[in-house]
Amino acid sequence: MESFVTHTGTAAPLRRSNVDTDQIIPAEYLKRITRHGFEDALFASWRNDPEFVLNLPQYQGVSVLVAGSDFGTGSSREHAVWALQDFGFKAVLSSRFADIFRGNSGKGGLLAAQISQEDIEFIWGVIETNPQIPVTIDLEAKTVSVGDFTCEFEVDDYVRWRLLRGLDDIGLTMQHQSDIDLYESARPSFKPSVR
Amino acid sequence: MALESLTAVEVAPLTMLTMAEKVWADHIVHQGDGEPDLLYIDLHLIHEVTSPQAFDGLRTAGRPVRRPDLTVATEDHNIPTIDVDKPIADPVSRIQVETLRKNCDEFGVRLYPLGDIEQGIVHVVGPQMGLTQPGMTIVCGDSHTSTHGAFGALAFGIGTSEVEHVLATQTLPLKPFKTMAINIDGELPAGVTAKDIILAVISKIGTGGGQGYVLEYRGSAIQSLSMEGRMTICNMSIEAGARAGMVAPDQTTFEYIKGRPHAPEGQDWDDAVVYWESLTTDPGAQFDAEVHIDAATLSPYVTWGTNPGQGLPLSSVVPDPAQAHSGEERMAIEQALAYMDLTPGTPLRDIRVDTVFLGSCTNGRIEDLRAAASVLRGKHIASGVRLLVVPGSTRVRLQAESEGLHQIFLDAGAEWRGAGCSMCLAMNPDKLAPGERSASTSNRNFEGRQGPGGRTHLVSPEVAAATAIIGTLSAPADLEVAS
Repeated sequence: MESFVTHTGTAAPLRRSNVDTDQIIPAEYLKRITRHGFEDALFASWRNDPEFVLNLPQYQGVSVLVAGSDFGTGSSREHAVWALQDFGFKAVLSSRFADIFRGNSGKGGLLAAQISQEDIEFIWGVIETNPQIPVTIDLEAKTVSVGDFTCEFEVDDYVRWRLLRGLDDIGLTMQHQSDIDLYESARPSFKPSVR
Repeated sequence: MALESLTAVEVAPLTMLTMAEKVWADHIVHQGDGEPDLLYIDLHLIHEVTSPQAFDGLRTAGRPVRRPDLTVATEDHNIPTIDVDKPIADPVSRIQVETLRKNCDEFGVRLYPLGDIEQGIVHVVGPQMGLTQPGMTIVCGDSHTSTHGAFGALAFGIGTSEVEHVLATQTLPLKPFKTMAINIDGELPAGVTAKDIILAVISKIGTGGGQGYVLEYRGSAIQSLSMEGRMTICNMSIEAGARAGMVAPDQTTFEYIKGRPHAPEGQDWDDAVVYWESLTTDPGAQFDAEVHIDAATLSPYVTWGTNPGQGLPLSSVVPDPAQAHSGEERMAIEQALAYMDLTPGTPLRDIRVDTVFLGSCTNGRIEDLRAAASVLRGKHIASGVRLLVVPGSTRVRLQAESEGLHQIFLDAGAEWRGAGCSMCLAMNPDKLAPGERSASTSNRNFEGRQGPGGRTHLVSPEVAAATAIIGTLSAPADLEVAS
């Protein structure tokens, strides 16, 4: 996995709360068997609307999404993370993320950075007034900066450590192979199996 | 003497644990400072949608499936529910299903494909086969894995990277969840179901209220429910943002499991029951949060908006954004009403539907079909309404047919289908047309969930059946008034 240390790019305001993963990528697009190529599926139904924020000329080329609270609720589909990344997003800011979405983001290298709703609304105002203003996300310092404004964001320490180094979870777990063997040898015989 | 008993009291509280904490502790493979706990996974359920990229990852890394004997696959999300003996018409769906078959064959994973008697929605199949048991850790690349918590298992949905992780290692690195008690005491009024309970809980705590928590549903109203009712409740824990929901295993649980194909037998059964009984939350254990609901205050619930927290008693009216508590809530209500094409103040009972969907991992089990059939018996659905009945598994379909339920549905004017996820998420041809409105026993009323532009009201099987007959959102009691 590619490491994430800092990122600077322009940002789009998504003024909606409870953006569920069915909105991020409708189920119809989940039939694909690849891990890439989901950029056309991102927010597919909203993108039919010419006024949708990602269709506006001033928000072309954005790489940071600034969303309302409870982003990524619903289905566990990791395709939601892939679609955001394929579209070009490196980070999503929200005042609250759904657990599974946040976990999936960490696995795939998309930064889900949690800041207060007050800060979200302030940044919405700034990027609506000046869509070209760069937004910088510093994972080492855990800060988001826009112009003169800087705020701290919350991210899980372990996820941060992995993202900063670009580490693969399965490889880390494989280091505990002997612990897994030991645990398995002591499992009770009443636990079900399909053999 | 006094001194001795004082010492005992001081020592005892240290060991008080909730059920979720006990199950967690029993599955720790490795713990390290600043690291998540590495937990062992007892059962991994697989389906066609969230697994292809995971198997691809294994192949690329040259890794086998560590425990094929603890891994079970079925086809449910995008399979058709008619003409199931023919090749799948949609080529993209067909490729995904064929990919699952190839992957299961290559990696030695047991698969119950379309046409097999054990095929069905993954969360109906696990409990039905006796694979879901108390005290287990169960995962699946599907958020409704929380269903299995009804047995006192710690069961939760995962993403595709985690599916690959479990296939490769049979473990997952996880940070401990917080615990929340949802206490529902008192007697449920007649006509109030498990679905009404969970819709009321989600409306109360919100779609993010359970975030970071495992919910433990407790209290006399929960204890009085059947296993299927408990599954309906745990199923929708994710709609409150929770990772998992649990109900303490009891005699109802043991009776449900006993004799099923994968249930323990002989000495194993006795050992298992002793262990299962030890799992219940210790008296005096502390939850991180508690919610109390008086069962006697509940009534049939329906959703009016575009997330499962936007629900109200059927007797209510469409809410007014002007009465919202915050700017964010007002915006959310306005956006939902615009999408749902509803006007504030409209009685919910006046909302007319085109389609009624009875099925899903929430309400596609035999008791759900029986409940709906008892309302529909001898009646016909309203003109202009389409009623789709989709059993949760092939065995549920066969059981319903042996009881003659399918005939009640057909006589009422319904379509009787094969098993699968169907219109719950509209990945197969079963979907709403743009602008159509459904009453659905499924779990999500998100925009476009049941088809692009479709509008969904979440309801119980009983309300679904009454709504199909009357044509507007209704409870069975409304039928008595009408007649």
